[in-house]
Amino acid sequence: MSDFPHTPPRFSATFTPAVNAEIRRAAASGIYDIRGGGTKRHLPHFDDLLFLGASISRYPLEGYREKCATDVWLGTRHAKKPIHLDIPVTIAGMSFGALSGPAKEALGRGASEAGTSTTTGDGGMTEEERGHSKTLVYQYLPSRYGMNPDDLRRADAIEVVVGQGAKPGGGGMLLGQKISDRVAMMRNLPKGIDQRSACRHPDWTGPDDLEIKIGELREITDWEKPIYVKIGGARPYYDTALAIKAGADVVVLDGMQGGTAATQDVFIEHVGMPILACIPQAVQALQDMGMHRKVQLIVSGGIRSGADVAKAMALGADAVAIGTAALIALGDNDPALEEEYQKLGSTAGAYDDWHEGRDPAGITTQDPELYKRFDPVLGGRRLKNYLKVMTLEAQTIARACGKNHLHNLEPEDLCALTMEAAAMARIPLAGTDWYPGKGGGM
Amino acid sequence: MQRFDLEAQGLRALNAALHALNGQTNETAWEVVNPKGSHSIAVGLDAPIELTVHGSTGYYCAGMNKQATIRVKGSAGPGLAENMMSGAVIVDGNASQYAGATGRGGLLVIKGDASSRCGVSMKGINIVVHGNIGHMSAFMAQSGNLVVLGDAGDALGDSLYEARLFVRGAVKSLGADCVEKEMRPEHLELLADLLKQGEAEHLAKPEEFKRYGSARNLYNFNIDNASAY
Ligand SMILES: Cc1cc2nc3c(=O)[nH]c(=O)nc-3n(C[C@H](O)[C@H](O)[C@H](O)COP(=O)(O)O)c2cc1C
Repeated sequence: MSDFPHTPPRFSATFTPAVNAEIRRAAASGIYDIRGGGTKRHLPHFDDLLFLGASISRYPLEGYREKCATDVWLGTRHAKKPIHLDIPVTIAGMSFGALSGPAKEALGRGASEAGTSTTTGDGGMTEEERGHSKTLVYQYLPSRYGMNPDDLRRADAIEVVVGQGAKPGGGGMLLGQKISDRVAMMRNLPKGIDQRSACRHPDWTGPDDLEIKIGELREITDWEKPIYVKIGGARPYYDTALAIKAGADVVVLDGMQGGTAATQDVFIEHVGMPILACIPQAVQALQDMGMHRKVQLIVSGGIRSGADVAKAMALGADAVAIGTAALIALGDNDPALEEEYQKLGSTAGAYDDWHEGRDPAGITTQDPELYKRFDPVLGGRRLKNYLKVMTLEAQTIARACGKNHLHNLEPEDLCALTMEAAAMARIPLAGTDWYPGKGGGM
Repeated sequence: MQRFDLEAQGLRALNAALHALNGQTNETAWEVVNPKGSHSIAVGLDAPIELTVHGSTGYYCAGMNKQATIRVKGSAGPGLAENMMSGAVIVDGNASQYAGATGRGGLLVIKGDASSRCGVSMKGINIVVHGNIGHMSAFMAQSGNLVVLGDAGDALGDSLYEARLFVRGAVKSLGADCVEKEMRPEHLELLADLLKQGEAEHLAKPEEFKRYGSARNLYNFNIDNASAY
């Protein structure tokens, strides 16, 4: 032994303890990591944008006194019965199966009280949701579980799902633990099996087919219902343009932060683009086709507050959708349940094993013992409160920018904090009139 | 007999007139002439009417049909009778891709050949094809019966769930998790009934068919089956 000092132990920045733990987990189990929720890595996001506020060159509106409207029309392009919402924050599609019946009911209650819509999901339409949602968007997915013309006609709008931000190019997954009798019946599958829904629609591929498919849905519903097309943030300029060409009334654009009920972690973390980078491309497509504000744009993926809503709208969106935030408002990941999260090997705030169906909050489960704990009336009230707070926050910002409607927010109201955000959002870096790529191509 | 000239009167007028009958129980007879390959002919019907289309149809003819009996005196384009709930659709000619896709009930009869993905994701429908079917037919088929008097293309019944497949001719290849199964008396009985319903009892006997179904090996994930997913 020499007397020289030893090199202290040094951890690799590549093979971190978390990476190594995942390698050991994969080696022991032979299955990739499946989880719920959205991307957990750090991404450029709305936090990297700021509002400038009004001063001498622009004057603000008086808080609480001068009007700042929040309503939005969706589906004005072709539908005989477009939708009118009081607030531009909608509830994203989350499947019955992933969520319990009472959780779906709570979403319907809260959204209706706040004056907005909810959306079905991969499991079809439930009575809980139709009964409690004043405005219900019915998803038309590759799996077509429970799809039928009666539900199509009693929906207020139809959303053709092409992709989801958490997994653009991926299909659905609901593991056997959550296929209860009722879920199995609605999906026409044996109980307890792992259910893998297809990633492509069974009866159309490509934009020309999509146009014909939309035509069929319009014919079946006598051209009454707005038809949305939902895309994951992959190639938003082209996908938005093709959706518009195919006849969509509304484009729903979900960035990679978007939550999921159950998807491979590798998919959630490595496929898709942040919503910040998606919005300007989609807006550009709408503008290039002369369709901005004629075909409405709803964006989602990591929206948490009225500030996020206002920023998304300033970038050109007509409305937003929330998934994860709505579940948290209902009580998901509440520290009050810490002891139970610990028992599941997790901790409040990090719990994402929604696919296992053992959610102590009773939201992402089909176990009656667990979902009985969840009170849909209370959950609905909490969601309503949260939606109202978000709206008030967005109005506060809009008034400070001198806007009498949230839709009047504009890119000129923003500046970017980082070069990345400036480049992605096409918003000048704070203190400059420049963003990377300005004056160049896309 | 109601006669509708699709070329002169237009698709919207046709479907609107047919939807006006939805929920009614009176059987009426309709004839559509000059379809000229139009898409979405007679979609979303929900009344026990008899409708005959004289000529060939485009995409999604009879989509989401309930109760109605729709005959096509010609061939049908992609997505014929997609997501049918009940009733019957009978095509004299051939059908393009995805015939009977996601169908939940009723009877689809194709007297010619059907193309690829016939019965994809079927959920309870009965399909009888007098001719051959193309590749990837009955992909992810969940339930219902597919009867084929001719041959089947590649990857029949890939990732199949509980649907039953009966093929009289050659099967080019079976998809992942699809296997030949024993034909038991109850299957012969079922087949006899389906052949009769499918206007094919004079063309084939139940004993001439083989039965295919799910091996159920992919029902719960197992890494050693990874190459099959
Ligand atoms: C529990 C859960 C279930 C979901 N189920 C569906 C679904 O069935 N169909 C769909 O298009 N998107 C589904 N999504 C995605 C949402 O519609 C939405 O795109 C996403 O949650 C938005 O991002 P956010 O969670 O960050 O708000 C689901 C999301 C969650 C959290």
